[in-house]
Amino acid sequence: MQAHAPSLAGNVRSALLAELLSFLPSAAVLFDEEDLRPYECDGLSAYRALPAVAVLPSTETEVRKILSLCQRLGVPVVARGAGTGLSGGALPHAGGVLLSLARFMRILELDPIARIARVQPGVRNLAISDAASRYGLYYAPDPSSQIACSIGGNVAENSGGVHCLKYGLTVHNILRLRLCTIDGEVHEIGGHALDSPGYDLLALITGSEGLLGVITEITVKLLPKPDTARCVLAAFGSVAEAGEAVAAVIGAGIVPAGLEMMDKAATAAVEPFVNAGYPLDAAAILLCESDGTTDEVAAEIDRIAAIMRSTGATDIRVSRDEAERLRFWSGRKAAFPAVGRISPDYYCMDGTIPRKHLAQVLTGIARLEKKYRLRCANVFHAGDGNLHPLILYDANQPGELERCEAFGADILRLCIDAGGTITGEHGVGIEKIDQMCEQFAEPALEAFHRVKQVFDPHRLLNPDKAVPTLHRCAELGRMHVHRGEERFADLPRF
Amino acid sequence: MQAIVHEWRERVRASADSTEALCIRGSGSKDFYGGALQGAVLDTRAYHGILEYEPTELVMRARSGTQLATVEAELAAHGQMLGFEPPHFGTGATLGGAVACGLSGPRRAAAGAVRDFVLGIRILDGRGTDLAFGGKVMKNVAGYDVSRLMVGAMGTLGIILDVALKVLPRPERELTLRFELNQTQALHRMNSWASQPYPITATCHEGDALHVRVSGSAIGVESAARTLGGARLEDAGAFWRDLREQRAMFFQGAEPLWRLSVKSTAPQLPLPGPQLIEWNGGLRWIHGETDASVVRDVARKADGHAVLFRAIDKCSSVFQPLPPALMTLHRGLKQAFDPAGILNRGRLYDEL
Repeated sequence: MQAHAPSLAGNVRSALLAELLSFLPSAAVLFDEEDLRPYECDGLSAYRALPAVAVLPSTETEVRKILSLCQRLGVPVVARGAGTGLSGGALPHAGGVLLSLARFMRILELDPIARIARVQPGVRNLAISDAASRYGLYYAPDPSSQIACSIGGNVAENSGGVHCLKYGLTVHNILRLRLCTIDGEVHEIGGHALDSPGYDLLALITGSEGLLGVITEITVKLLPKPDTARCVLAAFGSVAEAGEAVAAVIGAGIVPAGLEMMDKAATAAVEPFVNAGYPLDAAAILLCESDGTTDEVAAEIDRIAAIMRSTGATDIRVSRDEAERLRFWSGRKAAFPAVGRISPDYYCMDGTIPRKHLAQVLTGIARLEKKYRLRCANVFHAGDGNLHPLILYDANQPGELERCEAFGADILRLCIDAGGTITGEHGVGIEKIDQMCEQFAEPALEAFHRVKQVFDPHRLLNPDKAVPTLHRCAELGRMHVHRGEERFADLPRF
Repeated sequence: MQAIVHEWRERVRASADSTEALCIRGSGSKDFYGGALQGAVLDTRAYHGILEYEPTELVMRARSGTQLATVEAELAAHGQMLGFEPPHFGTGATLGGAVACGLSGPRRAAAGAVRDFVLGIRILDGRGTDLAFGGKVMKNVAGYDVSRLMVGAMGTLGIILDVALKVLPRPERELTLRFELNQTQALHRMNSWASQPYPITATCHEGDALHVRVSGSAIGVESAARTLGGARLEDAGAFWRDLREQRAMFFQGAEPLWRLSVKSTAPQLPLPGPQLIEWNGGLRWIHGETDASVVRDVARKADGHAVLFRAIDKCSSVFQPLPPALMTLHRGLKQAFDPAGILNRGRLYDEL
C-alpha cells in the first residue's frame, strides 16, 4: 500500500502539514507510513486506508483550528475514538486527515448529587462507571467493548449494550455535548437541565457517525446502582418456544434488566470454551436478568421462572450468587470469540426485528444456511429484538467469502421485510452503506443529505459513510475475522 | 386515510407555492403554548387511528390525529402506559400535538421524555414529500435520528403523520408520600434520593409540602415507602393528574406562568412569585409578573432555560433565545425541511 494516498495533491499536503505544525506540537502530527499504520482501520479490519496525516490534538481550540483548516483546504476529516467500532465508521479517508481524540481522556467533573459526569470524548466507557462507583452510581449503556471503547465513539454510534430495554441507548443517557463543526465553530448542544430550547440537536448528533461534527466534550447521566442482580437461565426445545417465553415475560409487565437468547449452534460453540453450564441439548437458551432491591429481585425472578416454565422451558436455573450470575453471562459474552475458534472466519450481522418475527426470521436464516451451504450461529439481544447472526466461513475456500456476503445481505433483507432495521447498534459506517438503499426510500436519503448540508456543506466530515449517495449505492462491506486474528481479539463482543 | 394525506400534500404544495403560512393543529389544546398561530388551519383530527399495537412488543404506532385519551385507554386495557405521562391540556388533545410540543409530565425525570420513547415517525415535509424515519424496533441506528428531531419542533419541520412509540407496563403498585419541608430542604432531599436506587417516579414541592410518588412492584414500593417515611396521601392519582394538567391551585390566576428547566441541584431561584418544583428539582414553575430578561438570566445561571409557558400577553419571545451559531443551524434545518417557511411559522422562534 502506498505511503501517502495520491488523492491529496502534493502542494495541498505540504500546506496542510505546515499549517498543522504551526499550532500543533510535532509529536501530534503523524505523516510517516509506519506512524499512520495503526490508524488504517477500526474494528472492521477488512477495510483499510492510510490517511495523509493523523493528528492528535489535546485541546478544543486545536480541534477547531484543525477543522477550519481542513475546510479551507478542502481536505476530508475522519474523527476517531478508540477505533473499536464494527462498521468501519472510523476508517480513514485515503489522503485525508485522521483526527484522533485519544488525548481527550480526562473526566472533567463528576457531580454525584446532580448525577452527571462531564467527560472528554476519549474517556473509556467503563472508566466513567469506575469513577462513579464510589458514589454508588454508574453509566448505564454498556457496549460489549466497554473496557476499551471511548464515550465519544459511543455518542457517534449511539451505542447500546445488553441492558438497553430497561436503561436505553446512549441517546437516552447523555445530557450535553460540545460539538465542533467543520467551520471551526463550537456549539453547546443540550444542557445540564433535562431539556433545552430549540430543536433536539442532541438526538440528531447522537448516532450521526461523525458526519455532522466532532464532539469535544460530553455530559453523561449517572444512575444509582441497583442493590442486586440475579439471572435466570432457561432451556427450550425450540426457538419458537423461547420466542414465546420472551413475549410472555414482556406481556406480564416485566422489563428485565437483560434478556438474551442463544441458539444451539451458539451454545455448542461457547460451552467447550467457557464451561458456563449451558444445556447442550436445548434448541435455544434464554438468559433473563432482574435487578433492583433484594426483595424485589427475588419476587421478579420467581415470576420470570414461572413464566418460563409455563411456556415450555425444559430446564430452569436461577443464579444463587454473583459468581453464578457471572458464569451464566460468561458464555453469552464469549460467543463471538468462541465462534472464532470453531470457524476460520465469521461475519457478524446486526439486524433488529420486532420480536414476534423471531421464529420466522430464524427459520429464514436456517433456510439460507442450506441455500448458501454455510453455517450460522445466532445470538440475540432478545429483549430489544437485536439479532447478531454469526455466519461461519473460510475465506481460503474459493467462493465462500462471496457466498457469505450474499448470505449476510439476505439476512438483512429478512430483517427489513420483518419490519426491522439493518443495524441495531453497530452503525452503518462503510459496512452497510449499500443496505441503506434498501431500508430507506430515496426521499428519506435526500433528507439525510440535506441535514448533512446544514452542518457540513462541503461534505468533508467522514465522507462516503453512513448515508449513501443516490447514484452510488453499490459498495458492500463486511466484518471479516480470519483465524481469530480479529483486531481487539481480547475484547468481548456480544 | 391515504386520501387525507394526498389532500394535505396538495395543500402543502399550494402553500409552498404561495408562501402562505399553514397552521398545523389538532384539537387546539396547546394553542396557548409557543408563539402565536399563523395561517390557515390544517386540522389533523381526521387523520386518526391506532395502526399497530402489540403489547408484547411494547410498541404502538398511531396516526397523529388520534386522541391521546384513545391511546392511553387502549394501553391501559393491556396494562400499559405512555412512559412520559404527557399533559393533555384539554379533552381532545392529540398524539401528534403531544409529540410536536414535546411536553412530558411528572414521570419525566424517572422514565424519560417524549423524545426518549419515539422510535419512528412519518411526516410530510414543507415540500409535501412523504418521509419515513426510524422504525418500530427498540434499537435502530440506521440514518440520522430525524424522528426525535421532530419532537418539540412545534410542527415547524413537518406535519407528523404517524408515530411509533415505545410503551411501558403500568407499575403494579403506586403510592404517594407527603413530607413537610421547605424548598431548600426539599431540593436537597429530592437530589439525594435520586442518587439512590429508590423507585421514585414523580416529585412535587410547593409551599412547605413535598410529594413523592413511588411506583413499581408491590414489594419494592412498600419497602421504599418504609425507608423514605412521610405520610401517605389519599387519592394520589387525582393529585398527580391535577399537577400534570395544571388544574392545581398553584396554576390558577392570570399572572404569567414561567417554566424553568434547570440543573436539578440549582438552589432556590431568586425570582418573585410562588414556585412549584418537579422532576427532582429539574423543573421550576414560577407564577408572577417578572421581567423576561431577568427570568432568562436566572435560568441561564442555573444551567437551564426559561419558557414563557402561559401568558395573556406574550410580548416577549416564548422560548429562550439561542446563541447565533446555534440559530444558524436551526435556520438551516428549517430550510432543509421547509424551504418555503410555511409550516407553523413563528410557533417556535420568529426566525423559523
